[in-house]
Amino acid sequence: MLLELDNLSVSYATRAGPVQAVDGVKLGIGENEVVGLAGESGCGKTTLIRSLLRLLPKGARVTADRLAWKGKDVQGMSDREFRRQIMWNEISLVPQSAQASLNPVYRVGDQVIEAIDEHASMSPAAARARVEELFDLVGLEPRLISAYPHEFSGGMRQRAMIAMALVLDPALVIMDEPTTGLDVLVQERIIRKIRELREKSGNSILLITHDISVIAEMSNRIAIMYAGEIMEVAPAIELFEEPVHPYTLGLKNAFPSIKQIGKPLISIPGSPPNLLNGVQGCPFAARCPFAVDQCRNERPPFSEIAPGHVAACHRAGEAKMMRTQAAEKETWQFSKSAA
Amino acid sequence: MNALRALYRGVMNQVGIIRQSPLGTVGALIVVFYVIVAIVTPFLAPHDPWATLKDSSGHIASLRPPSAEFWLGTTFLARDMLSQMMWAARTTVFIGLVSGLISIVIGANIGLFSGYYGGRTDEALMRFTDIIYGMPFLPFIITLIALFGRSQSFVILAIVVIVWRTSARVVRAQTLALKQRQFVLAARARGCGDLRIIYRHIMPNILPLLLLYTAFNIAWSIIAEAGASFLGFGDPNHLSWGGMLYEMWISGQSRTAWWWFAFPSIAIISLVSALVFISRAYEEVANPRLRQR
Repeated sequence: MLLELDNLSVSYATRAGPVQAVDGVKLGIGENEVVGLAGESGCGKTTLIRSLLRLLPKGARVTADRLAWKGKDVQGMSDREFRRQIMWNEISLVPQSAQASLNPVYRVGDQVIEAIDEHASMSPAAARARVEELFDLVGLEPRLISAYPHEFSGGMRQRAMIAMALVLDPALVIMDEPTTGLDVLVQERIIRKIRELREKSGNSILLITHDISVIAEMSNRIAIMYAGEIMEVAPAIELFEEPVHPYTLGLKNAFPSIKQIGKPLISIPGSPPNLLNGVQGCPFAARCPFAVDQCRNERPPFSEIAPGHVAACHRAGEAKMMRTQAAEKETWQFSKSAA
Repeated sequence: MNALRALYRGVMNQVGIIRQSPLGTVGALIVVFYVIVAIVTPFLAPHDPWATLKDSSGHIASLRPPSAEFWLGTTFLARDMLSQMMWAARTTVFIGLVSGLISIVIGANIGLFSGYYGGRTDEALMRFTDIIYGMPFLPFIITLIALFGRSQSFVILAIVVIVWRTSARVVRAQTLALKQRQFVLAARARGCGDLRIIYRHIMPNILPLLLLYTAFNIAWSIIAEAGASFLGFGDPNHLSWGGMLYEMWISGQSRTAWWWFAFPSIAIISLVSALVFISRAYEEVANPRLRQR
């Protein structure tokens, strides 16, 4: 295992009280693996990865039973040490809205070189050669090294940020919404590029997105997140073919399938819970058509469905029944009358 | 050689910005004119500015209007106005530049740190700025001079203490906006420390604003210096335009010797407006919405 998280929680101090943005996350990322992390906007995906990289704003509190990199717990490490040893050398980040992540007043190449300079000692010529190599790898012309960000298109900036993340050949690259805000053709190109790079270099990727189709295309393993908690983790194909958690079932309904053209999509009624002061029981209980009293009072533990497939649901044993019923529109209309 | 080329490129960049605006070009020419005057004065001033002069027929040349002999006339004490004006330009340009530059350095740093760190740092620095905002310039310089005597360095000190405050507030506001931008987070993710982010990532983005306020602070410093000198708080050993007006005023000749007050006043007005024209040219860069007007 490269990265191991156990019971990782992040809370933000706000004027109204603590907000539990990430709650009890357990996740591992192995070598040469692409893990997708999906969930709707505001479910804590970005907070989760920023807590890993110590990029959270002041007022955020991170606790974890274990936060280990290559088997060594890094929670005791000072920020300085962490920045020296782990950041960029081991874990790098393609930040959210990478298109705005380049400083408009510096040449793109110089910003990539800055990443090298902060973490490794390389002669200017060697650094320049490395940048050229990476620009070539992500499909940017070498002359663009001395261009300014405003001369780049959105897709080119995205690729430049990917080049920057790969510059020190880290074992894990975290990509936060790498395709958001790009048109479908550019998305496709970026995805193909990322996959190509991975085949060549063999780094692991943690891919964060709310776009299920991107995740389905790229990941070996998928984790579904809701209201700050992991709901279900499964190998990619298994998650789509045999989902267990009602939230996953709902998500699947909400995405169009090429096999069911013309069939109206079924959406999940209601909206995510307010995370102020935390949530009792299962966070999805209020919107779940299969919720029982136990769900509202008791937090469901992770139960292992199959090797590598876990779900946090009290009724995980009745997956087959839930799967059949969840495909019916009527099942999801319960809470409209209830609410 | 590389550094020289970078410097040349930087200067040409600034020239390009100023030249885009006709007013800015005029302003720049006026400023360059006064700077050249300030530099060449010791070699070119026709007379000793403090000497009592006699005309060609041997009479004391008191209160002569502008003529071929004394281009800008003479004062009550028969001193040559042109030479006085030139030496005064030297003082004014020096005090203006020094206090303008020191105040922008102080203002920019306080603004940057206040905006970037926020919280208690911000609170402390901004309350300090508020206190300075409450200080009126004239009573402050009167106190300073009463305590320490009339000298150029105390005039500069008084001006700097007062002038930096506006730039600090404006820079802080810009920093607050910039530090939320995605590229700051990206720089932090890449491992840049706070100082590097402040000086290498945020400051270059507010450079047009800094130059605008540099021009502004210099203009304000010149007005402040002229005002203080006119009231008699200037350094008596250095001529300045405000000081010349002060001499004129206490001699009681303001109604008879028009050249004695006209030339120093024109000099102050033209140099200050020239600086405002330049800052206007920078403002069009810092605030593109102005361009359509």
